[in-house]
Amino acid sequence: MNEQAETATEQDLEGSSAPRAEKVDAASLTKSQLTSVLAVKHLSFAWPSSSFQIGITDLNVKSDEHWLLEGPSGSGKSTLLQLLGGVLLPQRGEVQILGQSWATLSAAQRDLRRADHVGFIFQQFNLVPYLSAIENVLLPCRFSKSRRQSAENGGGLKDEARRLLTALGLGAKEIQLRRAARLSVGQQQRVAAARALIGNPSLVLADEPTSALDTKNRAAFLELLFSEARSAKTAIVLVSHDTSLRPHFERHLTLEGGLC
Amino acid sequence: MLMRSLLTLAWSSLGSRRFVALLTVACIGLGSAVLIVVEQIRTEAREAFTRSVSGVDLLVGPRGGSVELLMGVVFRTGTPGRGMTFESYRQIAALPGVNWALPVSFGDSHHGYPVMGTDADYFKHFRYGRSQPLAFAAGNPFADVFDAVIGAEVADRLGYRLNQQIALEHGLEAAMDANHSHQDKPFRIVGILQRTGTAVDRTVHVSLAGIEAMHADWVDGRPPDAFDKLSAEEARLVVKDPERISAMLVALDQRAAALFMQARLGNWPAEPLSAVMPGPALLELWEIVGVAENVLRGMSWCVIIVVLVGMLTVLWSGLEERRHEMAVLRAVGARPRHIFMLIIGEALLLTLGGVVVGIFLAVSTLSALESTLVQQYGLSLSAAFSGRTIVPLFSGLLAAGLLAGLLPAMRCYRRSLSDGLNPEMGS
Repeated sequence: MNEQAETATEQDLEGSSAPRAEKVDAASLTKSQLTSVLAVKHLSFAWPSSSFQIGITDLNVKSDEHWLLEGPSGSGKSTLLQLLGGVLLPQRGEVQILGQSWATLSAAQRDLRRADHVGFIFQQFNLVPYLSAIENVLLPCRFSKSRRQSAENGGGLKDEARRLLTALGLGAKEIQLRRAARLSVGQQQRVAAARALIGNPSLVLADEPTSALDTKNRAAFLELLFSEARSAKTAIVLVSHDTSLRPHFERHLTLEGGLC
Repeated sequence: MLMRSLLTLAWSSLGSRRFVALLTVACIGLGSAVLIVVEQIRTEAREAFTRSVSGVDLLVGPRGGSVELLMGVVFRTGTPGRGMTFESYRQIAALPGVNWALPVSFGDSHHGYPVMGTDADYFKHFRYGRSQPLAFAAGNPFADVFDAVIGAEVADRLGYRLNQQIALEHGLEAAMDANHSHQDKPFRIVGILQRTGTAVDRTVHVSLAGIEAMHADWVDGRPPDAFDKLSAEEARLVVKDPERISAMLVALDQRAAALFMQARLGNWPAEPLSAVMPGPALLELWEIVGVAENVLRGMSWCVIIVVLVGMLTVLWSGLEERRHEMAVLRAVGARPRHIFMLIIGEALLLTLGGVVVGIFLAVSTLSALESTLVQQYGLSLSAAFSGRTIVPLFSGLLAAGLLAGLLPAMRCYRRSLSDGLNPEMGS
């Protein structure tokens, strides 16, 4: 745990320097640090049956940045998340993942790209109930070759899953082997976080991941999520209506949306 | 790798619904066991039926239905008709092109088992199954007038041994009164045949002379009164060739001549005869029986359909509550076709499990039934399956299972496209 905290701090220093890149020698930066993970330009989307509309004029998420997208309940946050993750395509504007627009890819290609580069955390029902915590964490590695490869490089699939769970405060072997259906909500959300992070995806998209947690657990959850995301150089975009989360984030954006 | 992952997932998913899954497997198991047992009995019965006699080119008897002749000579169940003259038998046996000919004579029985009078050469010439000759479990062919050779079933059921004396009865039914018994002229068992799975097992074989001797003092088919009775020893002295026999078996030098010979015997000048080729006639007869066979077969497939609809219900009803699960799988990178394969995988595992259970059940049922069926119906059932029976059944059942899984899988596939990734969408 200590060791990991240390690594996290190191990564943290290195990572947090990235957004202030002007000060740093460009040659020392890796390519990924320069890459825009998620870019949104002039996005607008409306469901055909409703007069409701969401829009983002400009958003550029770089690796190891943590963004909070704020919007009141009913402002279409879940829809936005599907747009960012390439599940839905916008009617106007575009969403780019690692420099490539979702719209230029076929549905199957989007599925593959999403599996390789995006981890998801939802408000609840995150886990496959009949699998153990550790099996749930390993699920993305079953469907994405690159994430499996990356997790294996981190010292073996299961070891990596155990490391992540431990880092997120689920170190007890008994809990790691427990079936997801029998974990507490807080534990489930942490398993979901470990699963979103395994295999170093470029981006984690989270939809109200803390709303089922109480205030104390909320802060702890975010802290653990951020520290692991930093060490993996994974960008986080979290959508929430909860403005009290704002202090945890360096960057936030309030959604333009509503009835038009 | 991915396929294995999906099967592992399907396995775990079924494991979480263990009770329902096991119940489904049990249902499929019972259904396929019914199907397999019926199919096995059907095949074996057909085999036993069509292979009851072999190496005989023509059955010759009095003019009449070929079915009657078959039932009488091959299955030994029919009442004998008028029969044919021994003279005709002798002439036919001597025709050029005839390899061998055997007379057969029915009309008596022993505890309900038919008694057949024939020639000792019967044991040399008669073939069943795939040209298998008759073999003796003990003893020899009959030599004396009052010698008898019994089939395996007769020996087993009545507990007979060699040299035991038995009394035959007149008529095909067990004799009701002492008058219709031939107990005054007992026969000695000199041979016991090995089991054949044919009517031979149920037959008491004696010589034609034995049949004559039993009836030496009978007049016009009626038992003698006390004064006219002959003792066995007296009867032995007066025995001559019979006037009539029931039918005869003919083997030709060249099988190809059977049609020609059939026509020739059909126009026999001395008396109206008909000749039947046993192979084709047996098949023809089986086609009639085959209607029942097809009904049986259709019913067992109905059982399978019912069982698979049951599986479909189980899979289908689970889908609604598994909507979250599917969305989660989509969110961790499963593509819609993986969701499809997951459901198909579950159907496959359930069916596979069921069919394996079914085969196990069928084999144990058949081995339990084996002796009963042989004894009661002369049906030799082997619990050992030939690949010819089991492979099409196995693949047919699996295909049916996959087909039943297709519907829920399609539904899941469609919904995983529309539901997107958010597990809360479904709620």
